[in-house]
Amino acid sequence: MEPFVEHHGRAVALRRDDVDTDQILPAEFCKRVVKSGYEDALFARWRAEDGFVLEQPQYADATVLLAGRDFGIGSSREHAVWALRDWGFRAVVATGFGDIFRRNALNNGLVPVDLPTPVVEELMALAESAEGLRVTVDLRAGLLRRPGGEHPFTVDERARARLLEGQDVIAATLLRNEDIEAYEARRPAWLPEIPRGAFDRTERSEVGA
Amino acid sequence: MGPARTLAEKLWERHVVAARPGEPDLLYIDLHLTHEATSPQAFDGLRLAGRAVRRPGLTLALEDHNVATTADAVLDPVSLVQLETLRRNCADQGIELYSVGHRRQGIVHVVGPELGLVQPGMTIVCGDSHTATHGAFGALAFGIGTSDVEHVLATQCLEISRPRTLAVEFTGQLPPEVGAKELILALIARIGANGAQGHLIEYRGEAVRGLSMEARMTLCNMSIEAGARAGIVAPDETTLEYLRGRPHAPTGADWDTAVADWSTLATDPGAVFDRTVVLDVDGLTPLVTWGTNPAQTVPLAATVPDPQTFADPLELAAAERALSYMGLRPGTPMRDLAIDVVFLGSCTNGRIEDLRSAAGVLRGRTVAAGTRLLVVPGSMQVRAEAEAEGLHEVFLDAGAEWRLPGCSMCLGMNTDRLEGVERCASTSNRNFEGRQGARARTHLVSPAVAAATAVAGRLAAPADLA
Repeated sequence: MEPFVEHHGRAVALRRDDVDTDQILPAEFCKRVVKSGYEDALFARWRAEDGFVLEQPQYADATVLLAGRDFGIGSSREHAVWALRDWGFRAVVATGFGDIFRRNALNNGLVPVDLPTPVVEELMALAESAEGLRVTVDLRAGLLRRPGGEHPFTVDERARARLLEGQDVIAATLLRNEDIEAYEARRPAWLPEIPRGAFDRTERSEVGA
Repeated sequence: MGPARTLAEKLWERHVVAARPGEPDLLYIDLHLTHEATSPQAFDGLRLAGRAVRRPGLTLALEDHNVATTADAVLDPVSLVQLETLRRNCADQGIELYSVGHRRQGIVHVVGPELGLVQPGMTIVCGDSHTATHGAFGALAFGIGTSDVEHVLATQCLEISRPRTLAVEFTGQLPPEVGAKELILALIARIGANGAQGHLIEYRGEAVRGLSMEARMTLCNMSIEAGARAGIVAPDETTLEYLRGRPHAPTGADWDTAVADWSTLATDPGAVFDRTVVLDVDGLTPLVTWGTNPAQTVPLAATVPDPQTFADPLELAAAERALSYMGLRPGTPMRDLAIDVVFLGSCTNGRIEDLRSAAGVLRGRTVAAGTRLLVVPGSMQVRAEAEAEGLHEVFLDAGAEWRLPGCSMCLGMNTDRLEGVERCASTSNRNFEGRQGARARTHLVSPAVAAATAVAGRLAAPADLA
C-alpha cells in the first residue's frame, strides 16, 4: 500500500450524524467484483437530490470529508471506503466512527480523524465560509492542522505505524507463521472442520435448483 | 485460581496466537463464513499476491446476499457474475460452497448455527456485520471488511486490539407478548446506534437465560446496531440442547470433552466490566422504529415523537430529517400508519421459531387488501421444516408470498425491493434511509407484530386483532 504520512487538502462539510454505510454506498453497488471505480456510487441517493454538498463546484477538489457524529455505522461493506477513496478523499473527520468502518478505512489508507464535536463544528463553519478551509492531516504527528490552530487525534497505533511505512499487513502476519503453527498444534481436535462435499450435491432439493 | 475474568476475556485469551507487549493481539480464527458480496476482491487479492488459502476447511461459503427468492427470477448479469465468481473461487481454493438449489443453502448466519458449526468458545468472522449473531453460543463473532477477509483466508488470523467490555443486564420477567426483538430495540433506544462503539457486549440476566437459542441469535444479531463489535451470551443447557446431534457438533467422547470445556465459559463472580447497563424488562411492550436509525424506537402504543422534545440539538435535527424522510407527523399514533409491505425474514428473524410465531398469528386470518406479505425463510432447512409443519400453507392461505431463502428485502440487493415511498414493517435489522429501496420507509418490528400488521394493514400487535 502507498504510505500515508501527511496530506494537505480542501475540506468539505457533510452536516449529517449517524451516516451509515448504506448511505455512503447503497447495496446495489456491492454487486461488483472489483476493488476500484466506485466514485459513481458514493452517496448515490443523496447526490441525486438537488444541491448536495459534494456536487457544489467549490468543493470539487475536496479531499477531506467533515461529518457529524458516528460516521460509517452499520454494514461491514468495505465498498464504502473504496467509494470515498475513489472520489478522492484521503481522510474523514468525525466524532466517532463505526468500528468496522474505522478498521476498513485504515486498511485502505483512508485516515479516520476522530475529533470532539465542537472542533468538528468549528471546522465545518470554516469549510462553509467564503474562503473555504484547507487542512493538513499529519499522521506522523497525530495532528490535524488548520490556519491558526491544530487538533491532536489518535488512530490505532499499529495501523498508524503500518500506514506510515505503507506496509503489507498480510505479509507481516505471514512472517509469524511459526507462532501460528504452534497455536494450530494446540487447538482441540474436536473443533469443526468442513471437508469438501460434506453435504453431497445429491442432497440437492427440488425447489429453486 | 487466577483473577476473576469476564467471558469476553476468556474467549479472547484462548485465541491469542502470540501477544507482544504494546501491540494488538494476533487472534486465531476458528471459523470463517463467506458469501458472494464481500469476498471477490479478497480472492483477487490472494491471486495477485500469489498466496493460497491457509485452511480451506475452516471456511464455509454460501450464496445469500444477491440470490433471487423466486424460482423463475432471472438474475441481472452483474449478479450472475458475482455468484459465478464465488463458485470459481471456491472451486479453485477447495472451499465448501452451498449454492442456490442446494439443500443447505441459506443466509450465512442461519446456516452456520443450524449445521452445528458454531460452538461455544470459538472465534468466528464473516464479511458481514451481522456475524454478531453467533455470539448467542458464547462464541466471539464479529463482522469484518474485505481486506480482513483476505487476511483471514491467507493466515487464518487477525490482528485486533482488545475491545472494552459492556455488561447488559436485563432484569425482571419478559412479558409473553414481547421477545428478543424488543430486548435489543429497547437497548439500542437506550444507548444509541453507536452507543456500544469499541465494546463487546455480554447479555446477562434471567430474561436472557429464558430465551431459546434462536431468540438469543436475534438478540446478538443486532449488537452491531448498537455499535458493538460483538455480543455474547454464556452457554448453558439451552445451548447444549440446541447443538446436540447437529451435523458438525462433536460426538461421543469428543462431546463430553467439549461440554466440560464449554462449562468454563462464563463470567467469573467478581469479574469487572468496563461498563454496565441495566434494563428492566417488566412492562416491556411491543416496540417499533419510527425513524431512520434503530435507536429511533417507540412502543407500538405510542405516537410519532415531536422532535422539539429532544434536548440535544443534533438529535433534534436528526429527528426532523428522519420524520421528513419517513413522511411522518409528530403526534400520529403509530398504530394509524398504513403499511404497504410486510417483510418476514433475514438473519435477524428468518428462523423457524420466527416463522412459527408469525404463522401462529396468521392462522385462519388473511393479509389485508392493499398490503403484501413476503415470507422469506432464512435457509433451505428452515423452509423444509416450515413445510413439514404446514406453516407454508398458513402463509399461502393468508395470501402471503412463500419465497426461497436469501437476504432478500433486508437490504434489497436482489429484486426484492420497495417501490417509491412504500412503507414497510420489516423483521430485519436496519431502517436506514434507502436500505430497502431508494426512498423506502422501514419500520423494524418483531415477527409477531409483522404478522398482525399484515392482517390489520396498519402497524398492529397480535392483541389488536379481533
